[in-house]
Amino acid sequence: MATAADASPSFAGLSDISIPEDTPVEGDITVPVDSSRREDDEFSTLDEPVKETILRDLRAVGKKFVHVLYPKQNSELLQDWDLWGPLLLCVTLALLLQGGAAKNGSQGGPQFAEVFVIIWFGSIIITLNSKLLGGTISFFQSLCVLGYCIMPLTVAMVVCRLVLFSLTGKVSFAVRLAVVVASFGWSTFASTAFLAGSQPPNRKGLVVYPVFLFYFVIGWMILTFSP
Amino acid sequence: MSANSGNTNTEPWGSFDDHLVQGGGSAVIDMENMDDTSGSSFEDMGEIHQRMKEEEEVAAEAADADEDDGEFLGMKGLKGQLGRQVADEVWQAGKRQASRAFNLYGNIDILRPYFDVEPVQVRSRLIESLIPVRMINFPQKIAGELYGPLMLVFTLVAILLHGMKTSGTVIREGTLMGTAIGTCFGYWVGVSSFIYFLAYVVNAQITMLQTLSLLGYGLFGHCVVLLVSYNVHFHFLFYALWLLLGGLSTLRMVAALLSRTVGRTPRLLLCGTVSFLHMLFLLYLHFAYHKIVEGILDSLEGPNFAAMQRVARDVPQVRLNSTVTNAAAMAAVAI
Repeated sequence: MATAADASPSFAGLSDISIPEDTPVEGDITVPVDSSRREDDEFSTLDEPVKETILRDLRAVGKKFVHVLYPKQNSELLQDWDLWGPLLLCVTLALLLQGGAAKNGSQGGPQFAEVFVIIWFGSIIITLNSKLLGGTISFFQSLCVLGYCIMPLTVAMVVCRLVLFSLTGKVSFAVRLAVVVASFGWSTFASTAFLAGSQPPNRKGLVVYPVFLFYFVIGWMILTFSP
Repeated sequence: MSANSGNTNTEPWGSFDDHLVQGGGSAVIDMENMDDTSGSSFEDMGEIHQRMKEEEEVAAEAADADEDDGEFLGMKGLKGQLGRQVADEVWQAGKRQASRAFNLYGNIDILRPYFDVEPVQVRSRLIESLIPVRMINFPQKIAGELYGPLMLVFTLVAILLHGMKTSGTVIREGTLMGTAIGTCFGYWVGVSSFIYFLAYVVNAQITMLQTLSLLGYGLFGHCVVLLVSYNVHFHFLFYALWLLLGGLSTLRMVAALLSRTVGRTPRLLLCGTVSFLHMLFLLYLHFAYHKIVEGILDSLEGPNFAAMQRVARDVPQVRLNSTVTNAAAMAAVAI
C-alpha cells in the first residue's frame, strides 16, 4: 500500500478504503413496503368480484373470435391460449348436429359424443403430428388454434339449419354446399395462418394436409345433416 | 489488495454444466442409452429443476424433522417422526420413478425420427408405390416412415365416409365414423402385424416399421380406385381399376417382400397372403359400403317392389287347409 501511494501522488488525497477488521459491517436494508404491497394487489386476482373474472375471460375469448374472423399473422392467439372458446364451439356444434336422422330412420346422424370425440381427438392427432414434424408450437397452443378455427364451420352450421328450415330441394343443397365450402376454406386458411409460422418452411404442406382433412370431415358432417 | 481468482460459477443454482444438458434437437435416438431423456432439452432442464427442488424439499424436511425431534423429546415423538420420514422418502422415490417412466414412454420424441420427411419425398414415395421394382435378388429398400401411411389411412377414412353417405349405407350397430375409422385402422395395423408375424416365422428380413410403411403406402392405390369408383358408377370401370391399380400396388409389395425372403415355400406363403388380403380389402371396401345396382338391393328389401308382378302363384291360398278355399282357388286358376 505504501508503494501504491508513492506511485500515484495524485490519489494521495483519497482516504484508505480498506475496512479494518475490528469494525463489523452491519446495517439495515429497508424495503419500501408500500410499493411491494401495491404490486401484490395488481397480480392477485383472488379478491375481485366473480363478475369481473368472468367478464375478463369472456372478453379474452371474444377477442380471439375476432382474431379468427380476420386472420393475420398474429401471435396473441398463440401466447394467451385458453380452451374455453374451443369447448364452447365444440358443444354448440355437437348440439346443433344432434338428432339428424336418415330417411328410413334406422340410422342416426352423428350424435353428441361422436362429434365431441372426433373434434378433440382430431385436434390432438394434428397437434402431435405438427410437433413430430418439428414444430415449435406447444401442445395446448395448437389445440387452442384448431379449436378457435372451427368457428366459421359453426356459423355455417347455424346457416345450414336456417336454410333447411326455409328452403327445400336442390336450391337448399346448392346454398348449403356453397356456405360449407366457403367456411371450410376460411377455417383452413385461418388455422394455416396461425400454425404455419411455427413450422420449418419446407414442411408447411405436411402440416396443412391433416388440418385440411380434419375440417373436411367436419364440413362433410355439416353438409350431410338432415333433421 | 489480493487478486481474486476468477469464479465463473456466478449463479446460485449451479449454471449450465456440460454433462447435464444433452445435445438438443437430434432426431436419432441411440437405443443403447434409453435412460437419459435425449431429444428436447426442455425435459432435461425440467428434470434437473425437479430433482433440485426435491433435494431442497428433502433437506428442508430433514431440517424440520431435526427441529421437531429436538422439541418432542420422548419415544412416541421419535417413532412418529421416523415413520413420517420413511413414508415421505418412499413417496419421493415412487414419484421420481413414475415421472422417469412417464418421460421415457410418454415421450413422443420416440416417434420423431419416423416423421422426419420432406414433402418431395412423400410425393415420390406415393408415386413409387404403384411402380413395382423387378430386382428381387437383393433386398429392396423400404422407407421406414409413418407420416405417409398415417395420412393415407386418414384419407381413406374420409373417402369411405364420402362413399357411405352418398350411397345411403345402413349401419346397424355403431356409427358411420366409428365404422370407417375402425375398418381402416384395423386393416392397416392388423394386417401389418400379421405380415410381420408371418415374416418372423419364415425368417424374412423385414421389421414391423417396414411392414407398416409398406402396407400403408399400398393404400394409395386403394384411395385412388375408391375415389374414382364412388363418383363414377360403372361396374366395369371398378373391376378394371381393381385389377390395374390394385394389381400394381400388390406387385410392388410382393416384389419388396420377395427380395427379403429366402426359400420357395416362405415366399409363396408371405406373398400369397399379402396379395390376397390386399386385393380382398379393396373389393370389400367397394361392395360393403356402396350401393351397387339399385335394382338388386331393392329386390332384397321385401315385398315393396313394383318391378316384378307375381300373378301366377297365389301363395297365401296354397297354405290354407280348408277345402272350400282350395276348390275356389282351383276354379279361379282354371279360369
